[in-house]
Amino acid sequence: MTLVRDTWLVFTRQVTIVLRNPVWLIVGIFQPLCFLLLFGPLLKGMPQLGGGNAYKVFVPGLLIQLAMFGTMFVGFALIAELRAGVIERMRVTPVSRLALLLGRCARDVLSLLVQSAILVALALPFGLDVRVGDLALAFAMLALIGLLFSSFSYGVALVVRSEDALAPLLNSVTIPLLLLSGILLPLTLGPAWLRAIARWNPFSWSVDAARALFAGDPGDPHVWKALVIVTVLAAVASVWSARRFATSVR
Amino acid sequence: MIKTAGLRKAFRSGKTTVEAVRGVDLDVGDGEIFGFLGPNGAGKTTTLRMLATLIRPDGGSALIAGVDLMHRPAEVRRRIGYVAQGGGTWEEVSAREELVYQGRLHRLSTAESRRRADAAIEAFQLGEFADRPCKTYSGGQRRRLDVALGVIHRPAVVFLDEPTTGLDPQSRAHMWTEVRRLREEGMTVFLTTHYLEEADALCDRVAIIDHGAIVALDTPAELKRQVAGDVVTLGLGAGVGPLSAELERQPYLRELERTAAGLRLVVEDGAVAIPQILRSVDAAAVPLTSIELHRPSLDDVFLARTGRSLRDSEQKS
Repeated sequence: MTLVRDTWLVFTRQVTIVLRNPVWLIVGIFQPLCFLLLFGPLLKGMPQLGGGNAYKVFVPGLLIQLAMFGTMFVGFALIAELRAGVIERMRVTPVSRLALLLGRCARDVLSLLVQSAILVALALPFGLDVRVGDLALAFAMLALIGLLFSSFSYGVALVVRSEDALAPLLNSVTIPLLLLSGILLPLTLGPAWLRAIARWNPFSWSVDAARALFAGDPGDPHVWKALVIVTVLAAVASVWSARRFATSVR
Repeated sequence: MIKTAGLRKAFRSGKTTVEAVRGVDLDVGDGEIFGFLGPNGAGKTTTLRMLATLIRPDGGSALIAGVDLMHRPAEVRRRIGYVAQGGGTWEEVSAREELVYQGRLHRLSTAESRRRADAAIEAFQLGEFADRPCKTYSGGQRRRLDVALGVIHRPAVVFLDEPTTGLDPQSRAHMWTEVRRLREEGMTVFLTTHYLEEADALCDRVAIIDHGAIVALDTPAELKRQVAGDVVTLGLGAGVGPLSAELERQPYLRELERTAAGLRLVVEDGAVAIPQILRSVDAAAVPLTSIELHRPSLDDVFLARTGRSLRDSEQKS
């Protein structure tokens, strides 16, 4: 019970800090908004995208991208907190070490879901339509991806402990994952070798799953497979990061 | 309250090993203000961080408020408060919010945390700015909040890492008052400092640490007495000869030297010696033009024990 209580304590404080300085929330959603408003219209005329509603293909990809990039860089805030001595102050209290991680991840997932909801709401006038149940399933997947990347980012931050090392490290992980996930354009457009590599990218499965959900096809096998994949990955990343917290924030 | 034996810590960076703390033995009493004095890099902070459960000692043992540091660090945490050199508050939140939060982190109820936050704001005089975000605070205000946060759960021992470094003289005096008040409330205070005046004025006992080892440990007065004794300088008129012969016979005298203007005496304790000196001067009917007492500073102690001045080693580092 103390874990739940401590997690809630850490979470509410982290939410307070975001709300006091919401500019980062807005900056975080600015890039996907640009893609939606400035890149999306280009796709409308492309017959390769099924000719019909290009946004049904494009918006799910943007959401996955937001989930990856929006939470990948949360480790920077942790390094700042380490430097400010905030973490050290917590360490001399009985607060649960796991809660220090989970409370932060919960904040990151919440802000991701808020950003995603804004993005979906803004895409609706362009002709995006999706069933509530399918959307909820897609958001559950987004939450898991958010948990995966934010806990990964915190774990890496605790290992490297410097912004200079964190940025290139995270970028070299995210950029190939992003390009090989078919987020911007479906990989079906690409050559066979590219598709073969992409099959090994777990997030290309997530993108396909999100597209299936927005197409109103929750029974598509991509959906359950992607959910299993991200659940396992999120669990692995959280456990790894929790271990990092337990050892370095003893 | 704090008892350590052979506390050690070495840090490896690459192939070289730096022995930051090499065998520290301490015995800090209940309700004491204990000071750790030494230049930067002497091992003060490392020792403090070991005692505050933040880094694990390589060897030795420590008992803090009756709890074994090596085997039950979580138990130790419940009994101690720790204030780091750099503080540790979020810029965006206010002192009041931080105090309540800190109470909650220590597993107090929200209502009790609020009560204690109110009390701390009153006691540490934070009222003027308690509801403004921390980023607007001055150095002294921030430091007072740091200490208030460190003691919100009323620990038996509080560790303060250089509580007054970077503060102006007024804020420093203010901090000394706060530290003394903590002791009056029954806390044992363990602090590090590289200010001689601070160790002298504030601490009941001082350990002087250099290169990771304690080179002297006692009350500031006793440390200074052991080293040099007090110097009394007398400005005298004619007839010094018989007077100095008389003074030479006194038990309190350690050294006597004739100067152009009179005499320079090294005595055990100036406060005790001066009335007796004056009586001798009076009896010898030598006109007295001036009398001056110079007590040795802790810097003299540091110099005597380490062969160099603390002020010099500060400037070099």
